[in-house]
Amino acid sequence: MSVVPLSRPVPVTTEPRPTRHLLIGLAVGFVALFLFAPLVTVFAEALRQGWVASVQALASPDARSAIRLTLIVAAITVPLNAVFGIAAAWAITKFDFRGKAFLITLIDLPFSVSPVVAGLALILLVGANSSFGAWLAANDLKIVFAFPGIVLATMFVTFPFVARELIPVMVEQGRAEEEAALTLGASGWRSFFTVTLPNIRWALLYGVLLCNARAMGEFGAVAVVSGKIRGETTTMPIMIEMLYNEYLSVAAFSLAAVLALLALLTLLLKSLLEWRHADLLAATRRH
Amino acid sequence: MNIEIEELAKEFGTERALYPVSISIPSGALIALLGPSGSGKTTLLRILAGLEFPTSGRVLFGGQDATGLSVQERRAGFVFQHYALFKHMTVFENVAYGLRARPRKERPTEAEIARRVNRLLDLIQLPDIGGRYPNQLSGGQRQRVALARALAIEPRMLLLDEPFGALDAKVRKELRQGLREIHDRTGLTTVFVTHDQDEAMEIADLVVFMSKGHIEQMSVMPPAGKARAVPVAPR
Repeated sequence: MSVVPLSRPVPVTTEPRPTRHLLIGLAVGFVALFLFAPLVTVFAEALRQGWVASVQALASPDARSAIRLTLIVAAITVPLNAVFGIAAAWAITKFDFRGKAFLITLIDLPFSVSPVVAGLALILLVGANSSFGAWLAANDLKIVFAFPGIVLATMFVTFPFVARELIPVMVEQGRAEEEAALTLGASGWRSFFTVTLPNIRWALLYGVLLCNARAMGEFGAVAVVSGKIRGETTTMPIMIEMLYNEYLSVAAFSLAAVLALLALLTLLLKSLLEWRHADLLAATRRH
Repeated sequence: MNIEIEELAKEFGTERALYPVSISIPSGALIALLGPSGSGKTTLLRILAGLEFPTSGRVLFGGQDATGLSVQERRAGFVFQHYALFKHMTVFENVAYGLRARPRKERPTEAEIARRVNRLLDLIQLPDIGGRYPNQLSGGQRQRVALARALAIEPRMLLLDEPFGALDAKVRKELRQGLREIHDRTGLTTVFVTHDQDEAMEIADLVVFMSKGHIEQMSVMPPAGKARAVPVAPR
């Protein structure tokens, strides 16, 4: 008896060659058209009159102030929302209490409400026409059309990102490891820092990056509460819109390119971290 | 240390998980809580560990009322059904966790921690796996690591929730005797939950049959084939 050799090992999931090429072509074309092309256009437009014009546009006091404001707003809102998101996810997944379903819905609210509506709600709540707003004005506290309003609007819009990223991961992990830590004598805080936090760190990082991207890019809610005072309350997205409306397209696209670069930088950071910790990731994947 | 369970009951909302039950567990005994799922056996075990609190009734450890003690104060070595090993830590760090969690003045030195962890890894007959992560271990090895981690805190009692539930039949049989031997060597009062009657009868001194939150029957097992017999008087 002789063994009949197989001509070629063919994976059972393979499709005919034309089908494969068509599908791959479609996917690549889609990515190129909808993801890559817009990004390239932004950079091309920014550099249309050369590096010097771009850099000069970015060096103007208004542009610099917009960049600074955006970075400061992100630096305040992202850490706060990371802490709130962890607290919310922790409460929802590790404890049973009345009103839990309502709390989950509440966390999703900023996703379902239009950012413009959120901004308007903030104005109605603390603007000059409300009684709370009148009290604030009497005490010389400015929220609307000022820095605190921008921070509050950004916080509202970016609130769900961290919690939404953490809740499914923490539900899947259950409570057993935390309970194990407690039976071994660890306090609640110790169990949180040595068991919970290491288990959720990748989801947390991802949530923080998404939250950061949105915090820097938020337009609608901030546009309503900022008052668009040049050099004072204009963030990068708002400044970009103002420049574009004034037909200053090199300046508008240069600033847009910086915003896109900041976003790319966060993505790069994430890939770098994943690549550096690849061994640990593989080792600690769930059993 | 002997454990007295006095008229212990537990309700979750309107649902009764446990009707008043009483069991007297002599020091050094190995007890099996046997019953189908929903019989209240795991609830009873978790109340002993301090992971749940009873609606009514008392628990006494060595004659002292322990009903209000927190989970940390109870010092009960607990082995979870799916072991709940810390995935991001090596086996060594898993076993050392309870020692490192102690308040600073009671915490052993690094050398002492290493000595104790290695002694426990010897006890579970896995001396060379300290550097591995839980997902690099077989099911049986994980179960034994979970046992070593629970023993590391020098517990006052050992509580095990379906310790063999996630293992295949052959490994189950080997580890049964392993648990009995470790129990006999440490002399710890041990309570384990199971739904396997053979398992309960083979290694326990006293088998408590539970069903729908009640104790149906308590049977003292003959000491035949066991390393040590403990006189037991169910109430």
